[in-house]
Amino acid sequence: MSTVQTSMPARAAATGEPSAWSRLQGNRNWAAFWFMLPTAAFLILFLAYPLGLGVWMSFTDERIGRAGAFIGLENYQWLWDDSIFWLSVFNTLLYTLIASAIKFAIGLYLALLLNRHMPFKAIIRSIVLIPFIVPTVLSAIAFWWIYDSQFSIISWSLIKLGIIHSNINFLGDTEWARASVIFANVWRGVPFVAITLLAGLQTVSPSLYEAATLDGATNWQRFRFITYPLLTPIIAVVMTFSVLFTFTDFQLIWALTRGGPVNATHLMATLSYQRGIISGRLGEGAAIATAMIPFLLAAIAISWFGMQRRKWQQGSSND
Amino acid sequence: MTDSTLQTKAAAVNASDASEGMSYLESLPRRVVTLYLPLFVILVVLLFPFYWMVLTSIKPDEQLIDMEKFNPFWVIHPTFKHISKLLFETQYPRWLWNTMYVAVGATFLSIAASVLSAYAITRLRFKGAETVGVLIFFAYLVPPSILFIPLASVIQAYGLFDSPLSLILVYPTLLIPFSTWLLMGYFKTIPYELEECALIDGASRWQILVKIIVPLAIPGLISAFIFSFTLCWNEFIYALTFLQSTPNKTVPVAIVNEFVDGDIYKWGSLMAGALVGSLPLVILYAFFVEHYVSAMTGAVKE
Repeated sequence: MSTVQTSMPARAAATGEPSAWSRLQGNRNWAAFWFMLPTAAFLILFLAYPLGLGVWMSFTDERIGRAGAFIGLENYQWLWDDSIFWLSVFNTLLYTLIASAIKFAIGLYLALLLNRHMPFKAIIRSIVLIPFIVPTVLSAIAFWWIYDSQFSIISWSLIKLGIIHSNINFLGDTEWARASVIFANVWRGVPFVAITLLAGLQTVSPSLYEAATLDGATNWQRFRFITYPLLTPIIAVVMTFSVLFTFTDFQLIWALTRGGPVNATHLMATLSYQRGIISGRLGEGAAIATAMIPFLLAAIAISWFGMQRRKWQQGSSND
Repeated sequence: MTDSTLQTKAAAVNASDASEGMSYLESLPRRVVTLYLPLFVILVVLLFPFYWMVLTSIKPDEQLIDMEKFNPFWVIHPTFKHISKLLFETQYPRWLWNTMYVAVGATFLSIAASVLSAYAITRLRFKGAETVGVLIFFAYLVPPSILFIPLASVIQAYGLFDSPLSLILVYPTLLIPFSTWLLMGYFKTIPYELEECALIDGASRWQILVKIIVPLAIPGLISAFIFSFTLCWNEFIYALTFLQSTPNKTVPVAIVNEFVDGDIYKWGSLMAGALVGSLPLVILYAFFVEHYVSAMTGAVKE
């Protein structure tokens, strides 16, 4: 039957009478359906469906190896009274805010430096990106060794310089642990911010700076009134991505501290893994993960706003 | 007279190097303080962990723990003991193979799906194409950290638990949205006229895609491929959740779980493991820097 069908279009075309099959073949929407099918299958099966399932699981008491029953908001009520959960929310916000702010400041500064004329420009730019290429866990392991309580090279150097007298317990002390993971995150995130902002900077016409310099603008004024306004849209997008990935960070913390000491570096993602997979309380883990969604939606809304503004700017500039 | 010489001088400067711009206005000492010095400091900080990784992986054990007798910033009598121990006494080659297998498989699947969907969205202009594009962009923003628990039960239900195949099927959800947006950007730059000519000559949609669009978008495909491959290699939380038995693990997961014992001599092999695991990506990056950068910035700019 199918052979008859596939041979039909040729004959129909020859006689000039389009059959239903050839009309369907020429139809954009029908062709598009087949072209979109693989992508749609992946994204629905392994993204949209699990997303819904996760929200549903957060209303059940499912455990590993046992199907769950619907228990309403009990998981959330439980979390509401759980001081460790609130500590993880606090840690996540602190981690995201501080790391993103530093990444933005250093990343923008580095982008401005790289945008200037200098020898070996191309090589320096490619070297800058290496921390971003190397898998996070592997560089985190290197940081683990740098932060070691006995053999830390930082402690050793500072002792030799006479600044401190005993080893710093980088990952064992609450405040130091927080500072250490933030530093490692900034170290990995700065190249991404710098290189993407550099791409934005390169689209700014140098004649604008030349005109401003002739008008007597200072360095700061050139940055404030030319670079910054033209860069705002791309800054919005880059920082939304950066905030999003920092907020949902898991691997860096898991490789460095696993949430310790005394839960001081537990983020929502790591707590969700610990409760959901290690302790086996899938429902509770899913509830922690679902609690991250409102924050993510806020970040996405900001990103959307930034993109719209960019479109508007492109439209008005008539380039 | 002076005016004209100034002008010719300026013109000469402009002609000699157009990209130099206004940098001739700056004196050398000023450039050292405002440009070279900060850049040098940042580069040292960015590269130090790698130097430390390499140094530790070739240092003999006694030099690692005795920081008084030996200067820790250098190595005397480097050894390949850690690296050979890693390659011949652990399952490291197996983990490396797993990582490679998963990364290549997932990347090829994703690129194939992305080429089709990017073409459909940019060129077929079907009903709701713009909405689909936006939905795919949103899919890019859904992080693995909120999906790994439900996905673990989905994978369990499909009977794929503890199999690298599960990662090959799941990673495309991270890669397709990104690659689709990147390729959409490339496809938009290919002129419509080429396609129209082919249509008049009787080519089908499929032939147009395979014989015209894909060959013209090769740089975009390379960018998407390299970036996807790097993302796969880097992925951690899904691999950590789905893979249980030691021989099935990928490099990042195995390093975190299998090497961590109470031994103070673990650092040599740990750093060697991190180094060997990073090298393939760094080598790949060295060959395709331009593609990598355009992938990273392209997806953000689109």
